[in-house]
Amino acid sequence: MYDKEMLKHVLSAYGPSGREETASEVIKSYVAPYADEVYNDRLGNLIAVKKGTSGKKIMFSAHMDQIGLCVVDIDEKGFLRVTNVGGVNPIISIAREVVFKNGTRGVTFFETEKGAKETTMATLFVDIGCESYEEAAAKVDIGDMCIFAGNFVEMGNKISSPYMDDRIACAALIEAFRTMKSEHDVYAVFTVQEEVGLRGAGPAAFAIEPDINISCDVCGMGDIPNCVRMSVKLGEGATVKAMDSSVIVPVKVREFLKNAADKRGIKWQNEILRSGGTDTGAAQRAGKGTFSGCVSIPTRYIHAPIETIDVRDYEAAVALLRAAAEEKELPRV
Amino acid sequence: MLGRLETLCNLSGPSGNEGPVRRYIREYAKQYADETWVDRMGNLYVHKKGSGPKVMVAAHMDEVGMLIWGAMDNGLLIYQQGGIDPRVVVSKRVLVGKNEIPGVIGAKAIHLQSQTDREHALDHTELFIDIGAKDKADVLKYVKPGEGAVFATRFERYGEDHVKSKALDDRVGCAIAMELLKNDYECDFYAAFTVQEEVGIRGAVVTAYNVKPDVALILEGTTANDMPGVESHQHVTRVGNGPALTFMDGGTIVPEKMFNALKKTAREENIPFQLRQGSRGRTDASEIHKSLAGCIAGGISVPCRYIHSPNSIASVSDIENAYKLADAFLRTKKFEEVL
Repeated sequence: MYDKEMLKHVLSAYGPSGREETASEVIKSYVAPYADEVYNDRLGNLIAVKKGTSGKKIMFSAHMDQIGLCVVDIDEKGFLRVTNVGGVNPIISIAREVVFKNGTRGVTFFETEKGAKETTMATLFVDIGCESYEEAAAKVDIGDMCIFAGNFVEMGNKISSPYMDDRIACAALIEAFRTMKSEHDVYAVFTVQEEVGLRGAGPAAFAIEPDINISCDVCGMGDIPNCVRMSVKLGEGATVKAMDSSVIVPVKVREFLKNAADKRGIKWQNEILRSGGTDTGAAQRAGKGTFSGCVSIPTRYIHAPIETIDVRDYEAAVALLRAAAEEKELPRV
Repeated sequence: MLGRLETLCNLSGPSGNEGPVRRYIREYAKQYADETWVDRMGNLYVHKKGSGPKVMVAAHMDEVGMLIWGAMDNGLLIYQQGGIDPRVVVSKRVLVGKNEIPGVIGAKAIHLQSQTDREHALDHTELFIDIGAKDKADVLKYVKPGEGAVFATRFERYGEDHVKSKALDDRVGCAIAMELLKNDYECDFYAAFTVQEEVGIRGAVVTAYNVKPDVALILEGTTANDMPGVESHQHVTRVGNGPALTFMDGGTIVPEKMFNALKKTAREENIPFQLRQGSRGRTDASEIHKSLAGCIAGGISVPCRYIHSPNSIASVSDIENAYKLADAFLRTKKFEEVL
């Protein structure tokens, strides 16, 4: 059984890209009791360390930032104009509830002179219920970011919620970190600014210089009506990434993960993500180069506030991260 | 500072050919620096030794320009460019290569244009630089492929508070950084004058690696779109409303403590400022902040209308206030608050 309360807490913590402090505090509260050391680096990456005896270092990374909207202007009637933080589709951002760090709530809509389908970031706006610039500016400042609100919905084996990307992986890493018994130094890194271009993971990997990095993220699937063909299905296990737009995972790293899974009967599937990059690539190219791989949790409706996963895949990912940490032999050149 | 800005703007320094700008800044900087050096990419460093955090201000020396690619049989030059709208170059005078040979970018005369010609904006691949050579052999006597070309416009004062020039992006940043060199700050102070920003933030990567700054402050010229018919939320910045502070652009999210420290500095010193209300475009900060193990980076920008054109316009008071703000940030040791 997974820790549902922890998952809900982690999913709902505020932390758009570059403003991850609240999410970092929440995650820290879950990993600190199990870590020898916990710190934030200069960019805000949260790093929890468990010391081992082998002299080797294994890094796990899951990004704690989330996509959202950033206020660029406030008009005289108190409406907010926004820009995207990360990959936000303006059309599916219409008619959503949003929430700011200070708790200010708002709803989104579009300029109705044109059809909804023509909505761009420039014609999307946020209504926080104010009647003047002054009233709105007292609650929200230009440069403030909001995130999409939503609900944690259980549907059989599936769960739907905003920000499965990538809090589901943060939660998986928390669960794995709490229970893993590794001979190696384990660095659980909750990275910043992945959604705006994989900016946090590289500096973290540069500083840690791990023998291997295993990222944990969400990936797409091919099991919904009339979608782009992809072999990944919900409920068929965690994935072992072969490739995405940021990385080609070395065969040795894939074999390492598959063997670790097979030894323990953990269900896994191959993954090639045709569009989208992950921290895997940023970590691979940090410093003098790092062995880097990725375990993903298949996710439907990525970057919509109803991202849907299968609990069994989540549990498989937790088990696979733990299994990787507990392997004695790490991949070598 | 304005006199130096004029000299800087009139110098030729397209991406990859920043030599004249680098030599001018280095010659000036020597009087204030403990050391100056140039790295293998051509970035110039000015170091004023001190104790405390390493603070690096950065401004890029290169300007949008062209690179000569080859010559046609009839003596016209083919060029490559970075960041220039092809609609702004037609009928413009340019200076080509080390010897600054005057040239023009021509286009088919109106008499010869068909209806479709007139409805379609010419692309760079349809435009050529003409230096008055009679054929290929002749043109290659004066210009070699690989040399740069820049707009031939000169710096001018416009109205009471404005300047007009090519290359304000980012010679304003260079001029401000040069002015800062006169002062002593309680930190280990570096000014990095970077190369090849306009073609993809290439020099800055190396500066961060060489300096390993704790805090970086990027001084830039940025776009101002305060034009008739443009709604307020699309202005990005407005000329004359003060230096612009960035919270987020296409390459950097400025850490809240850095953004707040810059705002606080401006308020404490009564320096007018505006927020850069756009999220597109990148600066040297985008590479510097994520270099090595990461550093704290923020930016102060001078709004420029018609940026990346032969004639961009900026406000003198914005430039002076951008300097004052950068100086106050350093003088009041705000870099300590952001670490």
